[in-house]
Amino acid sequence: MNWPEFFSMGGYGLYVWGSYLTALIVLGGEVVLLMRRMKSCKRIYRDRE
Amino acid sequence: MNWYKYSSPSAFYPLAGKMIPWFAIPAAILFALALYIGFFVAPAMAGDQNQVYHIIFIHVAAAWMGMFLYVLMAIYAGIGWAFNARLASMMASSLSITGALFTLISLVTGAFWGKPTWGTWWAWDARITSTLILLFLYIGFISLQSAIDDPRRADRAGAVLAIVGVINVPIIYFSVQWWNTLHQGATIRLLEKPKMTGAMLAAMFIMLAACWLYSIAVVLIRLRCIILEREQNAAWVAEGAA
Repeated sequence: MNWPEFFSMGGYGLYVWGSYLTALIVLGGEVVLLMRRMKSCKRIYRDRE
Repeated sequence: MNWYKYSSPSAFYPLAGKMIPWFAIPAAILFALALYIGFFVAPAMAGDQNQVYHIIFIHVAAAWMGMFLYVLMAIYAGIGWAFNARLASMMASSLSITGALFTLISLVTGAFWGKPTWGTWWAWDARITSTLILLFLYIGFISLQSAIDDPRRADRAGAVLAIVGVINVPIIYFSVQWWNTLHQGATIRLLEKPKMTGAMLAAMFIMLAACWLYSIAVVLIRLRCIILEREQNAAWVAEGAA
């Protein structure tokens, strides 16, 4: 496997990796924010008791 | 098994918690498999110098998810409204965020596709514009719901918007046939030989399956949060079921 060639994507690296990076940031961000939200909801209930 | 039991948030909350790993783990495996096939198996088979086509695996899957999740959101919002079922309305709220995010991904990856292939990041063509309207419908639904304090009133207002907005989904789907668009025609059509090779099709459908499983997992997690937030004064929550 020729890695520099793989990452250049025949000169389209910016577009291809830009697309996958966008998807990773958006979906990864969704998961991180959701985990935080879950933690904070659960904390409210623990504090009430 | 009494399925009606699970239409109550207090019964659904623990069930959803048990279901999440069954969707989240396969989603992670299928994402990895789709990327492996898309990047390491498909290029050898396609033999194509124009490697920009790698974008379509994520672009098509995200675009489909944006449309599917909208229809699903409208159905749940409608059920919640018609049958006064609050769990269905909560499901619609939960779906709206994930649907909006997939629509955003489809627009951004579409721009990354458009620049090298058509020479422009953006065009006001029928498909791109109707997909932008889809994103605005999601944003409208989310902001309408957060603007109204009474959750049941917010659900009803959201349901009206979601149901009226469904008309936009067939417009997106058929836009490439009805109008002469810059956007190319459907990549996959029923009853027609696809223009893609086997490995590319496999990568695309595995990516779609991964997106479905991912969506179910995150929508269930968010639904559990919404249940806790909305039912915080209910006896079952106060008793420490959370």
